[in-house]
Order: sequence, then structure tokens, then C-alpha cells
Amino acid sequence: MDSATSVARLVPDELEAPPLSLRELVWRRFRRHKMAIFGLVMLVALLAYAFVPSFFISEDYANHTDTSLRLHAPSADHPFGTDTVGRDILARTIYGGQISIIIGLTAAILEVLAGVLIGAMAGYYGGLLDSLLMRFTEAMLNIPQIFLLIVMAKFFASGIPNIEFLGREYSGSVVVIVLIIGLTSWPYLARIVRAEFLSLKEREFVLAARATGTPTRQIIFGHILPNCIAPIVVTATLGVANAITLEAYISFLGMGVRAPTATWGNMLENANNYIESAAWLWFFPGLLIVLTVLSINFLGDGLRDALDPRSRTL
Amino acid sequence: MNTLLEVSDLRTQFHTPEGNVFAVNGISFNINEGETLAVVGESGCGKSVTMMSILGLIPIPPGEIVSGAAVYRGRDLLKMSEHELQRVRGKEIAMVFQDPMTSLNPVLTVQRQITESLRTHMGMDAPIASRRALELLDLVGIPDAARRLNEYPHQFSGGMRQRVMIAMALACQPSLLIADEPTTALDVTIQAQIIELAMRMRDQLGMAMIWITHDLGVVAGLAERVIVMYAGFIVEEAGVDDLYDDPRHPYTLALLGALPRADRRRHQRLKSIPGAPPSLLVQPRGCPFAPRCELAADKCWAESPSLRPVGAGHRLACWFDVKEMAS
Repeated sequence: MDSATSVARLVPDELEAPPLSLRELVWRRFRRHKMAIFGLVMLVALLAYAFVPSFFISEDYANHTDTSLRLHAPSADHPFGTDTVGRDILARTIYGGQISIIIGLTAAILEVLAGVLIGAMAGYYGGLLDSLLMRFTEAMLNIPQIFLLIVMAKFFASGIPNIEFLGREYSGSVVVIVLIIGLTSWPYLARIVRAEFLSLKEREFVLAARATGTPTRQIIFGHILPNCIAPIVVTATLGVANAITLEAYISFLGMGVRAPTATWGNMLENANNYIESAAWLWFFPGLLIVLTVLSINFLGDGLRDALDPRSRTL
Repeated sequence: MNTLLEVSDLRTQFHTPEGNVFAVNGISFNINEGETLAVVGESGCGKSVTMMSILGLIPIPPGEIVSGAAVYRGRDLLKMSEHELQRVRGKEIAMVFQDPMTSLNPVLTVQRQITESLRTHMGMDAPIASRRALELLDLVGIPDAARRLNEYPHQFSGGMRQRVMIAMALACQPSLLIADEPTTALDVTIQAQIIELAMRMRDQLGMAMIWITHDLGVVAGLAERVIVMYAGFIVEEAGVDDLYDDPRHPYTLALLGALPRADRRRHQRLKSIPGAPPSLLVQPRGCPFAPRCELAADKCWAESPSLRPVGAGHRLACWFDVKEMAS
């Protein structure tokens, strides 16, 4: 009979499992998503690839041209080979990766700022403001983004001074590309945010917040916005991938970021003449773009499922 | 007693695609400091719209406050700008809503929501505000308040959420609490607890209270005065005992007849009021209750009776007086 008492009994505190916070719930659901975890790990690896080696390899080396070394196939000295002017492709994919990732992130931030602000204003205030903002948004959506991108890139292309940032010199075209991508990507997000606001502002808790004298700005950004964080996070994530692809596209066409600053996109610029004869020219930057975009999309899928409040799977 | 809030000739309409909705049709009442006023009536008789009009919470458009004044401590709330109103709401006049399941923001912690008004109105910084939030949760009887502060609304039961709502409303020690059917969404035992809590808070803080309900049974132990509303009109106003002992309006009489009572014989059926409340889409003409009234005469259809005094603190809007007719 004594054996029964020796069994460890749960004390009431343990019986009552502490409730899961929102963050824990999201993490639990995210963890279940194998591809999303793969995407996350892959992304961390890619970030490490782009940022860690710059402590050992200088940017001068990445931009150093030596025509005697042009179009060398991958070897021990140049693991990824050299390009048409003899620059080391490995070093350029590292420094190019930094620029590509920074462009992706900043363009996505810009997209979120513009999209959220315009969508929130239109959705919350409604009426004339809504009509004006939404007609403008639709006008932006009606023009193909690629077309807009090319026109704007062409328009802003001439006479951009180089800029210095954190002790490094960048081609000013980086900023232009970020602005162009950010300012042409927000319309979808604006529509999503507007739709969320339209339904959320009618909810009882908004009325209750108004009844406690909460200022309008606080209601918009403190009460309604946190309720539509899920679609915003997902769109922002996919926005990063989209911006990286767009940068590659526009740089491939020769209207993007200017040499000597490398990006994964402008490394492809001249590669189309050597598709068969020097495959290493396009293979490595191309592979990195594909891996990055793919991992971000997996991550976005995982976040979409994890953040969906209607999803009940644990 | 000083008058805290005086509402006169308030008319609120909604302009909808189906036509104008005559939600509130020229009602006047007042409430004194520290007094509890109950507003009773069927669903859709304009109780909530009245209160929301006073606090400027009616969506405009489609709503429109056609006329009226709501003078709170010498200032007309209806003439205030949105910015001025924001400083009254929550600080001087607080409101508790019907459904605690939907009135709390699902993605913010309870602490965030309680400290909100403390920080907006009292300018408290975060640590002081959260200490005050803890006191408030304790005050409204939420056990283990320190832990529960950081929880989300979905982790609370209905009754507990309504306690949180009350804590939020009381945060800045308002002088008037408007409770809009705060117990309707709760079951009976929880109802009793919430009413008891509201009464205790009222007495502790010495605030006035407007209690909106469609349950006359709740009113008796709670309020000092009762207003009976029908179709956007006040049909009768009386002290609470007066109203139960000596109801004068046929509608009040019918409401009391429809109330289940412990002292009534079991075989007696509850009397329901025939018909349905009138459509508010029609411009009111004549007495709004006439279509359902047993006493309705030609005059009732033609002309709307205005409120007239029929005793100390007792006002009635009816061409007849049930009491006189009985004798």
C-alpha cells in the first residue's frame, strides 16, 4: 500500500498548466512546419555566408580587376572562378549578397510603412479619403510593376553620386533601387490592411476603446493594427523575397545597381553571353538568389499558418 | 443634490438606405451626483443610442444628432469637439458594454488595456500605472491579480472579463458610470455578482450610475429612479418603489405583468405584450404604444402625449392615467 504514497503526486500548481502566451502558441505552430524551419535555417546560413566572411576578405579584393585572370574556371585560388574582368566571383557573391539582402530588407520595410499607413488611413477613416487613396492604389496596381520599375530606373539612372555608409562606399543606385522597389510594391499590402481595418473598426472593442477616451491615433496603431499583424508579417516576408528578385531582374537588364558595387543581380548582367562557355558566371549568384527567395517563401508560408488565429492546430 | 448630467430634447436619427431611423425622439432626463438611474425598455427602444449619443460614440454618418443638449457639469457634451470629448470619456464618464466577450481587444494583455486610460488621462508612467492596474483588479475581485495582469482576454471567463471591463471603467474614478446591459450576456449567478460589485464600487467611489437593462427584476435593488423607454420616447419616469407599487403607463404595467415572480401562482401564465415594437423607420405620429395598447383611443393615434407630472418625481406620457381609470 505504501507504494501508492511514494508515487510523486502532482501539486495543484502543476495540474494547472500555465496558459500559453500568443508568442508561445505561434512558435508551437511554426515549429510543426518542416519547410518553414528549413527556410529559417537556410536563411540564417545565407546571412552568415554574406556577412561573416567580410571580416577576412576585403571589399577591395572583391572589386579588384585583373584582365589577365579573366574568365578563369573555378580553381583552388578562385573557388567560384573569375568574371569577365578577372574579379573573384566568391568574394563578389559575398559582398553582392550583403547588398542584395539589404536591398530586400529595406525595400520591404518601405513597402510595409507605405502600405500600412495608406491602408490604415483609408480603412479607418473611410469616405472621401478612402476613395482617393484606393483609386490611387488601383492606379498603381494597374501599371505592371516591372514596367514601372524599368521606367523609373531609367529616369533616375543618370548622375547618382556614390554614398558613404558605415565606412563603406556604395553606388547611389542602391538607394534608388530600394526606393523604386519599395514605392511600387505597397499597393497589395495597402489593400490587405484596408480590408482588415474595415472589418476590425466595427468590432466592439474599438467602441470600448473609444468610450475610454483613447485618442484616435492610439486606436488605429495601438488597438486595430496589432490585430492585423499576421497578414502584414507574411506580406513583409514575401516582400523581401520579391524585392531581391526584382533587384536581380532590373540589374540583369543593366539598369540596377552600378559597378563596382556587386549584387547578385548585376553579377548576372554579362553572364548571358557565356551561358555555356563560362557557366560559373551565372551559376553561383543564380543559385544564391534561388536559395534565398525559396527559403523566404517557405518561411512566409510557415508564418502564415502559425499566425493565423483561426488555425487550431497545435 | 447637484445635477450631474442634464439631457434635454435629445433626438438621434440614422440615415440608412431604407430610410430615416427615428432612434431617439426628443427625450429629456437628468441624473444627480451619486444617484443611480435605471433605464429600462425592450431591445431597440433607443436606450443604448441615447447613451452613445451623449458620449459622441454614434457613427456620423449615418447617424445624426438632430437636436438636444447634454449638459454635464455646465458643459454641453453635444457641442464638444472630438478632442474635448476624448478627455471626458473614460475620465469623467465611463461606460461598460454588454458583451464582455467582444469588448476587450483580443491581442492586448489585460494590463495594457487597463493602463491605457490611466496613461492617457492621468499621465501616469508605466510602472505606476501597472501598480494601479493591479489594485484595480484586486478591487473588482479577480483572484491572483498579479499573474492575471499579463494574460490575454481569451484566458478569462465571461464574468471575469466583465470584471476587467469594470476595472477599466473605474480606472480614472469617473463621476458617472454608464452600464449598458452589463449583465445580459452573463448567466444568472454571475449577474448577481456583477451587480453586487457595481453597487459596491458605486458606494465606495460615490459615483453616479446609469444602468441600462431590459430586465425590470434587476432594477429594484439597484436604482433610485427608473426611466421606462419605448420606441425612442420616455413613457414613464418614477422613483423605483413608486414605479413598482404604482405604475401609471400601460406599457410599464404590461412590462411588470411579463415579469416572472416568485410570489405568483404557478398556474398563472406570464402575460406577454401582444404585437411587436413599432418600426423606427416611420416618423412617429401619435402615441408610439397605441398599436399595442388596450386603452388606445382616437386621440392616442392622432397626437403624441408629452411627459406630465403625476406625483412627486413621477412623470407620465399617456393621455390616460391607469390609476384614475381604476378608481
